[in-house]
Amino acid sequence: MSIEIKNIKKRFGDFTAIDGISLHVPAGELVALLGPSGSGKTSLLRIIAGLELPDEGTVLFEGEDATLRRARDRGVGFVFQHYALFRHLTVFENVAFGLRVRKAGRPSESEIAKRVNGLLDLVQLAPLARRYPSQLSGGQRQRVALARALAVEPKVLLLDEPFGSLDATVRLELRRFLRRLHDEIRVTSVFVTHDQEEALEVADRIVVINRGRVEQVGSPEEVFDHPATPFVMSFLGHTNIFHGRIEGGKARLGSLTVDAPELSDASAVSGFVRPHELEISRTNGKPGGVWTTLVHANPAGALVKLDLSDSEGRPLQAVVSRDFFRLLEVRAGEALYVRPRSVRIFAATSSEEPLSFLGEAI
Amino acid sequence: MGLTLGYLAFIVILPLSALVLKAAAMGPAAFAAAATSPRVMASYSLSLKTAVLAALVNGVFGFVVAWVLVRYPFPGKKVVDALVDLPLALPTAVAGIVLTTLYAPGGWAGKALLALGVHVAFAPAGIVVALVFVGIPFVVRSVQPVLENLEADVEEAAASLGADRLQIFLRVVLPSLLPAWLTGLALAFARGLGEYGSVVFIAGNLPMKTEIAPLLIMTKLDQYDYEGATAIAVVLLAVAVTFLLFINGLQRLSSRRGAAV
Repeated sequence: MSIEIKNIKKRFGDFTAIDGISLHVPAGELVALLGPSGSGKTSLLRIIAGLELPDEGTVLFEGEDATLRRARDRGVGFVFQHYALFRHLTVFENVAFGLRVRKAGRPSESEIAKRVNGLLDLVQLAPLARRYPSQLSGGQRQRVALARALAVEPKVLLLDEPFGSLDATVRLELRRFLRRLHDEIRVTSVFVTHDQEEALEVADRIVVINRGRVEQVGSPEEVFDHPATPFVMSFLGHTNIFHGRIEGGKARLGSLTVDAPELSDASAVSGFVRPHELEISRTNGKPGGVWTTLVHANPAGALVKLDLSDSEGRPLQAVVSRDFFRLLEVRAGEALYVRPRSVRIFAATSSEEPLSFLGEAI
Repeated sequence: MGLTLGYLAFIVILPLSALVLKAAAMGPAAFAAAATSPRVMASYSLSLKTAVLAALVNGVFGFVVAWVLVRYPFPGKKVVDALVDLPLALPTAVAGIVLTTLYAPGGWAGKALLALGVHVAFAPAGIVVALVFVGIPFVVRSVQPVLENLEADVEEAAASLGADRLQIFLRVVLPSLLPAWLTGLALAFARGLGEYGSVVFIAGNLPMKTEIAPLLIMTKLDQYDYEGATAIAVVLLAVAVTFLLFINGLQRLSSRRGAAV
């Protein structure tokens, strides 16, 4: 089932949680609402679920207005960050709950057993059916919550920070599980997260939300490689920011100078470079770069993170492969020449407004 | 652990054992005679009935009070919340005298009720009124914190699974509150069984009719009949212990499933 959100607004007292969001979620997609805490992403999810009413705007399910429909009549499955399991019921009864409270067309006891056992198989919890939630680990509890939400055959599955309260390894495992599960059952799903890595790995599409507004909608590749705003750029991974201006086809960003032939002159711009887009060498290579000092090298995992500092003491971050780092033979305190492969340049109007993307300079 | 048990033994078990020992010294025949005379039997029956009835009334209305205090914002909520504890702080004699003045045939509540043909003061109903008054904090204070800790998202989960408000209340909220509610009920009952101060004023204390067991103990003591008083006390103690153990068992049954997450 497709979801259409039209110009939703929601205030809590003086705080504007959602400031006019419109969004289309096509049937069968797995969409991530990504943003920092307080950005309004959870409020939006709760409005879709019917747990919260919007002040303005409409929610359409499959083209039908569902804005005022009660939560229990929406046919949505909701998975909460803190599981929200029924403590006094077994795993089996938790999953069966939605079937037992049904008034019209309640399935027979044998049908309920069949359906619940099928779902417990799906989430790999069949041996724990007789346990109580207090006897399960966090990851197991969240899988019970998932099975419980799926038991009523929802047309939409909504997940609020579903992996937020799990430890790192369980979180990784469970988000791959969610991806596989979605590939299997293909129910329209929306999940909320503040973890960019999670969104990039799991979602078909990512909606980046900031201060109650949509910053960008796109596939993981689109939002990562072609961020529409500086916010998206800096929220999806670390970035180095250079401030400066454009003059005669060149971007002068502090000590950096890069060619920007397509850009017209602008007095205040910001250039964004991801750590992996910085070329590092020990000798003065191609022009346009800047000399820096290595402050600290952190060889964690397959990549080595370099903390650098330019001549004016501004910090820079770069990432190189382990092999390349070995070839560099560099120690803290030694000089490295740094040159960006590409710079995304945004006009710096004011810090309140989203900056407009001017183009890429090389 | 050892310290706790030692403390409990000193504060609770020692006096109770002394009581039982004193009763044991009487010999079975004397004990039976003192503990089962018609007047004493009538007082047990009255004490038990009124305590159970008052506990049940408190069970219902204490639950409602706790519910309203937790779930609804209203002006003066803090004051009302503090008022709930008042029956614990007030000397019970004061409560008894106030209630008697109100419910006596001349008092304004008593007058209105008398017009309807209901006798409260100097009748068993008056005892229940007094016990309800002293017992209500126990139910409210047992249920309230558990209700406060009940996460909203559990009820929201039930709603999104298609449950209506009644189903959410019966299938989700009530089972979660059951152990705490039973505790409150047990405490209110135990208090009602032993309550003396507030009851003696309103009950009228007619032998065989409105004479409660704790009062009978006082009466016996006044008559220097220590053995008779001890016998009644031991029976009351046995009833209280049996009842509390029973409630404890129920509680364990209902909370084993919902062991704290």
